[in-house]
Amino acid sequence: MTAPILTVSDLRVSFGRHEAVKGVSFSVPAGRTLALVGESGSGKSVTALSILRLVEREGGRIDGGAINLFGENPVELTAIDEAQMRAIRGNRISMVFQEPMTSLNPVLTVGDQVSEVFIRHRGLGVREALAEAKVALDAVRIPEAGRRLGQYPHELSGGLRQRVMIAIALACRPQLMIADEPSTALDVTTQAEILALMRELQAQIGMAMLFITHDMGVVAEIADRVAVMRHGELVEDAEVSAFFAAPRHDYSRRLLAAAPKLGEGSPTAPPASEPVLEVEGLITRFRLGGGFLRAARHFEAVRGVSLTVGAGETLGLVGESGCGKSTLARSVLRLVEPSAGAIRLAGRDLSAMDRTTLLHARRDAQMVFQDPYASLNPRLPVSELVTEPAAIHGVVTRRHSRELAVSLLEKVGLEADAVDRYPHQFSGGQRQRLCIARALSVKPKLIVADEPVSALDVSIARQITDLLLELQRQEGLSFLFISHDIAVIERVSHRIAVMYQGEIVETGPAAAVLFSPQHAYTRRLLSAVPRADHRSRAAPPPAPRTVRIADFAGADAA
Amino acid sequence: MIAYAVRVIAKALVTFLAIVTLVFFFTRITGNPIDYVIGQGITQEDRALLMTYFGLDQPLWLQYLRFLRAFVDGEFGLSFVERRPVTEIVADRLWPSLQLLGSGLALTLLLSIPLGIVAAIERKSWIGNAVMSFAFIGYAIPNFVLATFLILIFAYWLNWLPVVGNGTALHFIMPTITLSGVMIAALTRFTRNAMLDVLGQDYMRTARAKGLSERQGLFKHGLRNASITILSVIGLQVAGLAASGNVVVEAIFAWPGIGDLLVRSAIQRDYPVLQFGVIAVSVAVLTVNALVDIAYAYADPRIRLARA
Repeated sequence: MTAPILTVSDLRVSFGRHEAVKGVSFSVPAGRTLALVGESGSGKSVTALSILRLVEREGGRIDGGAINLFGENPVELTAIDEAQMRAIRGNRISMVFQEPMTSLNPVLTVGDQVSEVFIRHRGLGVREALAEAKVALDAVRIPEAGRRLGQYPHELSGGLRQRVMIAIALACRPQLMIADEPSTALDVTTQAEILALMRELQAQIGMAMLFITHDMGVVAEIADRVAVMRHGELVEDAEVSAFFAAPRHDYSRRLLAAAPKLGEGSPTAPPASEPVLEVEGLITRFRLGGGFLRAARHFEAVRGVSLTVGAGETLGLVGESGCGKSTLARSVLRLVEPSAGAIRLAGRDLSAMDRTTLLHARRDAQMVFQDPYASLNPRLPVSELVTEPAAIHGVVTRRHSRELAVSLLEKVGLEADAVDRYPHQFSGGQRQRLCIARALSVKPKLIVADEPVSALDVSIARQITDLLLELQRQEGLSFLFISHDIAVIERVSHRIAVMYQGEIVETGPAAAVLFSPQHAYTRRLLSAVPRADHRSRAAPPPAPRTVRIADFAGADAA
Repeated sequence: MIAYAVRVIAKALVTFLAIVTLVFFFTRITGNPIDYVIGQGITQEDRALLMTYFGLDQPLWLQYLRFLRAFVDGEFGLSFVERRPVTEIVADRLWPSLQLLGSGLALTLLLSIPLGIVAAIERKSWIGNAVMSFAFIGYAIPNFVLATFLILIFAYWLNWLPVVGNGTALHFIMPTITLSGVMIAALTRFTRNAMLDVLGQDYMRTARAKGLSERQGLFKHGLRNASITILSVIGLQVAGLAASGNVVVEAIFAWPGIGDLLVRSAIQRDYPVLQFGVIAVSVAVLTVNALVDIAYAYADPRIRLARA
């Protein structure tokens, strides 16, 4: 093992009275990658921000411990003043954040933001710094680097933006790069490209990486060593091969078990039956811009989609962000008005209904949304929240609504005494259970679930998908289940539809789509999925010379 | 950028036409001006003669078209009271008003933006609290009360400053402070909030992670983002000042400006002056708003590129 570049010893960080990091120690050797994993609130991001001493700005306080950076000028980071620390940030230690859109300044050009680091740490003039910035953009394989210098972040795609962030982080050839969930906000194919790029540049520069993630698949792809955090403590620190072969700590085992893995199998298909939902030739068009003195343009988000969902069946709809899957979900219930096509729900023609009839018909189909925090009214008690659709549709009288609430809570695995509480008193997973209970209150035939587990930690996500499967068995519900995560789709779906640029490019029984994909896009999607299995890691594929076509979409929109 | 500017100006022109139309019809709603201006003691024949003379006997749509024609030939008629062209009267009064508005705006920008930034950075220290307390007091004092105190202290007791007219630079001090008091307070609060909002953004964290100091981050990354919010507030405030603030201040300090003129012509039912004065003020407001819109696009590339 090579000499460490960074050692963290007995680090303790608190926010007010809350101890976020409780005596954590680890080290990162030169040229290698340590993955810091854990669920939300485990203290992994706080640890990263503490290394750069940025945690004070976010309201935290380093209470004790030492952070040693080695190399030519060894330094103990908790002991130096702010000016010395600034000379290290962006220079010897740099950081890449999760959300590339908000991490870049929207009103400054890419050139400004990359060259800034050269001006700050290398003392270059503006023109020389811009020339260096172009070299830096070339190094992260941004096509047409010269033109990009004058562009603004919103003109680039998500993948290109994250490449810009990496270019900024690598500008001064740091000894250590900290990456906090750098690929989580990206599509799976883009994620694969970014991870490959990071590995390759790491080899070139010889830097160490501290890689923070919750995704075991990503860990298997990129890490040499794994450190597992839970409640502010480090519970396991092991070589990645040993970790995946035999995790020592009980929590690590549970984390690994909960991680969605492709190839675990899908539920057995229900007997063929009457379709609950039939969609034919659905088109949804959005008006773009337009208005005073300007012609409107139109964008087709859904382009002639046809699908069916049988009784007691789950159709999994998978696709990357922007492919139109959420628009499709909303169009099916006419929450977004489709421009053309036929929709039949439980044998009735939804597309031809007037507004009043439509409101009644919606009783048969309910929705569950992605963000369980935003989709529950914080001012309503649970008893009213979960029975609201039932009250609207006159299914329940005021007198009996409390009993209904209790029985619904029981169905979704919550205690009966939760009826008088308010949403903020529940965790994310419990809130999603409340959303499901609300959907169940009118005994729908179909539930449209739009990324229902994407905002949840893996172990919670698994509990929610298990709950949905159980409810389907008991009540014979049908699901249109939407996710960007193929492993999640596999767990719940009888049949899978793959959506790409507004169209369904492939549809079929789950096993067929996953194991003998017919469409090129499906194959690419499947090959990009990081596998939470260290042995499956092949030699790093050569990073692509050019970026996929979709990365140019942002440039077209400009 | 140029295409965007052209669209902003085109929009302003349409708004202008709407204002002209409203002004015309609203002044007609109040009744026949002859009855107000001449009053009792006029024979029916003389009344009819006057109606014909002023064109008031013609159908409303024809009057409206004639009113619009005035914009083509620049003929807006004579004041009922002074018997001078209204364009002349308004032009005499517009310049002092613009001077006062300009000095008020300059004082506001010079004070409130630095104060707001300081209040944001020093939000946890006594300095930030002091700034915000002043801003609160400033916001709570109506301009006529502020003016009374200023006159009492600096003119009546200390005898330092003149109260009436606009002859010298000294004459500007009290009206400018009175005019800008509320605006300084409001804009300080807005600047502080906009800065605080920006300071919490992810890109400010990126700036810190690059090794920039708080000050470098603030001026290079923070201020430009905050200015997007601040600009829109300035646009609204200026409109408010030109429309109402001026009227009060000019009345108190006998400033020979357009606000004073509008109030007087309204009381005297001098419709030609009132109509043209309102239109002149709205042109000023529309111009400022168009400039703010263009500055807005300059500060925010997303607007510039999306709307171009």
